[in-house]
Amino acid sequence: MSADTSTTAAAAATAGRLDRASARRILLHDHRIRLIELLPWVIALGVFFLFPGYRLLATQILIMILFALSLDLIVGYAGIVSLGHAAFFGTGSYVAALLVSSYGVPEPVTGVVAAVIVSAALGFVTGWILLRTHGLTLLMLTMAFAIMLHELANEFAELTGGFDGINFAPGPILGIFDFDPLWYSSNYFYALVFLFLGFLFVRAIIYSPFGRALVGIRENTRRMHAVGSPVLWRMVTAYTISAGLAGLAGAIYVQVQGNVTLGVLSFELSGEILVMLILGGTGRLYGAFIGAAVYKLLESFTEQILGTDQPYWMLVIGVVLIVTVLFTRNGFIGMYDDAIAWIRRRRRS
Amino acid sequence: MKLWKTALLGAGAVALATGSAQAREIKVGFVATFSGGLANLGEQMRRGAELYHNLHKGDLKGDTIKVIFRDSKNPGGAVAKSVVQELITRDKVDIVTGLVFSPNAMSVAPLVTQAKVPVVIMNAGTSFITNMSPNLARVSFTMWQSGYIMGEHAAKNLNCKTAIAGFTNYPPGKDSANAFKNGFEKAGGKVVDLIPMGGPAKVPDFTPFFQRAKDKKPDCFYVFVPAGNHASAVVKAYGQLGMKAAGVKLIGPGDITQDTQLQGMGDAAVGLVTAHHYYADLNTPTNKAFVAAWKKAYGADTTPDFVGVGGYDGMAAIYHVIKSVKGKITAEKAMAALKGWTFESPRGKIMIDPATRDIVQNVYIMEVGMDGKRLVQNQKGVFNAVKDKCKELKIGRCGK
Amino acid sequence: MDAFVNALTTILVFGLAYAMLLFIISVGLSITMGLMGFVNLAHGSFAMVGGYVTVTTAGDWGVPFIPSLLIAFVVVGLLSVLFERLLYARLYKAPELDQVLMTIGLVFVSIAAVTFVWGADPLNIQIPDFLRGNVDLGFKLIPTYRAFMIVIGALIAILLFYGLERTRVGAQVRAAVDNRRMAESMGINTGRLFTLVFALGSGMAAIGGGLGIQILGGVKPTFAFEYLVVFLIVVAVGGLGNIRGTFFAALILGVLDFAGKYLLPEGGAFFIYAVTLIVLLWRPQGLFGKA
Repeated sequence: MSADTSTTAAAAATAGRLDRASARRILLHDHRIRLIELLPWVIALGVFFLFPGYRLLATQILIMILFALSLDLIVGYAGIVSLGHAAFFGTGSYVAALLVSSYGVPEPVTGVVAAVIVSAALGFVTGWILLRTHGLTLLMLTMAFAIMLHELANEFAELTGGFDGINFAPGPILGIFDFDPLWYSSNYFYALVFLFLGFLFVRAIIYSPFGRALVGIRENTRRMHAVGSPVLWRMVTAYTISAGLAGLAGAIYVQVQGNVTLGVLSFELSGEILVMLILGGTGRLYGAFIGAAVYKLLESFTEQILGTDQPYWMLVIGVVLIVTVLFTRNGFIGMYDDAIAWIRRRRRS
Repeated sequence: MKLWKTALLGAGAVALATGSAQAREIKVGFVATFSGGLANLGEQMRRGAELYHNLHKGDLKGDTIKVIFRDSKNPGGAVAKSVVQELITRDKVDIVTGLVFSPNAMSVAPLVTQAKVPVVIMNAGTSFITNMSPNLARVSFTMWQSGYIMGEHAAKNLNCKTAIAGFTNYPPGKDSANAFKNGFEKAGGKVVDLIPMGGPAKVPDFTPFFQRAKDKKPDCFYVFVPAGNHASAVVKAYGQLGMKAAGVKLIGPGDITQDTQLQGMGDAAVGLVTAHHYYADLNTPTNKAFVAAWKKAYGADTTPDFVGVGGYDGMAAIYHVIKSVKGKITAEKAMAALKGWTFESPRGKIMIDPATRDIVQNVYIMEVGMDGKRLVQNQKGVFNAVKDKCKELKIGRCGK
Repeated sequence: MDAFVNALTTILVFGLAYAMLLFIISVGLSITMGLMGFVNLAHGSFAMVGGYVTVTTAGDWGVPFIPSLLIAFVVVGLLSVLFERLLYARLYKAPELDQVLMTIGLVFVSIAAVTFVWGADPLNIQIPDFLRGNVDLGFKLIPTYRAFMIVIGALIAILLFYGLERTRVGAQVRAAVDNRRMAESMGINTGRLFTLVFALGSGMAAIGGGLGIQILGGVKPTFAFEYLVVFLIVVAVGGLGNIRGTFFAALILGVLDFAGKYLLPEGGAFFIYAVTLIVLLWRPQGLFGKA
């Protein structure tokens, strides 16, 4: 009962975000690639050449963007909030690592394919079971499921290495390019290429009729039922795709590092990625880019400037989160929208 | 990030005075846990290293040391590996040191092999770590040194026929319990249960595990938990459950009576028997001087412990490398210098085993007693020049 | 047989003590989430601050243990009113995602803040003399402190049930949980009711934080995150806003958790999550929630 009120309230408020003008804009124009959309990729290339000492951090950001993007597909577009998305990230991670360490398949792209298949399959099964619930119950279920996987991985230490994890050395990418754990050159482009492909894929989905239907479900589930849309199946499909993408991110994450630990399945990671996404802005593709980058850069630079003897980074990020919620409508991307709208209004008057 | 400003200034002045042409600036990457609930371990290690540096900075004859501290945050491997990668590529360090937890050290091994950077491990105690890369040398301890000896001692001198081993479920914990079991059963005892007690990252409620041990009524209960906050919780649970009155003797490696934690444990700790390579109460002139210097530097209410000594001896090892290697410090040259290196440490004479690059040292048996209101460690025995039993017996990954 | 009875009583007694702790802390969260529909991930922070207040008063200032718990209750209760008015109240009608972001932000800030003030190491206090030692049940000794926790938990549960069933405020709370709009149209000032209930819930969490110091290895900054999951699970299994449900959920999960670790230390932590999944799939509204 009370969960119902909260979700309706949430749906109402989310609906309020999408005024008619922006809805029109999205429907009519957004699927065309605009000039500004080249910006992230230009930055990504620039960082590689200008800041070679920061390639590891940058690689991690690229992977977190991909992970956040996968989460945006369900949170931002299908309206499924998950506090356990690390389950799929971690599954992908362990599949990729185990293929090398236990099954003697060192080629990384093969590992990625396997990771995507397994995590998508897991997403399909769990989605089919869990998505019959909603609201806080769904939140708790996704959380409990992810933590259970975490505990399982800890228990089957023979296979997963338990707490100490697995150190492994993937072979050359497609048999050609060696990973470079020290300078992160091939590692960086490996992550960048997969992010780019993943991004194009997600972009294609959300501007497809299927993507439109997802938004319909998010905005008003009952109406979608009423118009005969197969709501559960659409949600399960979205969940499966999202799980596969998260698994992709997880696989790349451990391959470029050459090591996997239980952290990839942790509740902290599930929470962190959700925070990154909301911070950037949900349902807008680029929210994932901004959120992941801002979060990781804030964390890293606070530590470099203020030190690690006190949890300064937590203070800084915590304050940023609270301020963001109180003063923006949809994270940083909302701030950007407001700024653009303000400039347009100024220009018109 | 705290840079060693004093170090830079002081040593810089020396460099100017000698005017030596080939004066080097040696960059040392110091990776340890400096934040979160386990930060006291990194701090203790840093203090130990800093103490040695401040007492000996004149020895370098013109070379200077710049220490760059990085936080490995948690006991896992991922962060440690990232920061070491950055230390090597961004800061171009000559030597990496620190490493509190075993998974930290394990994740770093392949990286330093590739980069040809020498590592001086100041703590991480899982036995097989030094087999993972030819560029690792360890000045701290191995879990087998204390565990195996404690096993023998429990069977022979504490009259324990049966024992249970409880351990924090990660590599050094398994190592320690395994070492104890080997030593104890070789000496005629029987280990009736092995209880994994959760991971190292957070201190669990030990009651379920301890109550389980109590209900099985062993003569001895061997416990390994990581040094730091786990230890006081262990002694607390032991006291609260009335295990002493029930006739279960609590024993373990010195990690559970870490000197920095000891005074907070209360009278439940009295009678606890441990085996370890260092105690602040060791009654030797070198140690007395060391403890006095420590208290002078950091305050009368502070005390060094085995992590602090690890930092101190690790810095001594680094000084030895700097002094004996001419020109650029490579992993090969550094390891050559460290093999067979001996040092008069506060814990007694130590040596780096030329064959394994691991530590050879004395192991002491201590019993906690009460001196007025202060808990003290009373020496009950000593084993001289103990090597790593795991590598000697070639058990599991130690044999590779 | 003896061993069996022994194991059973061990599990029941220790599990019950832990369950009471879970109940005292989680019940406030349950009401916040049920009454206000607010995803409050910062609830653990209030418990943590309660622990620190207890450490300061009982440890540093020498205030006796039980008054220290009451001080923690009052201090954290008042503090929570400040937060409720300044931050929470602005987001009652906001989407869940905003609530998640804001409360996680609060958790981060609270962890940083207590680390600045009290340091990163866990802090402990000595058990007061009258709670040391053991109580003899005839066939088994149980630590007095655990017995004390069970008693406190039971007392609080009785007080809450009584308050909810027999007092005016209790009736208002029940009405507001059932149907907020209806309650409002009947003239109940739900805004003020929220603040009151929020303060009460946070205050109880603070008592739990103080009580837990002895059995959770001290109070430490990461407490706010480490135990959050458990509190959330208790609330979800019990049913949002349902005090009786929270009570029984805490009992079941507390005892199961202890039993798992006692009987099967290799996989102990796994149990409660599996149970949670099963319960929530079977009854998405929780064991005692209304469909």
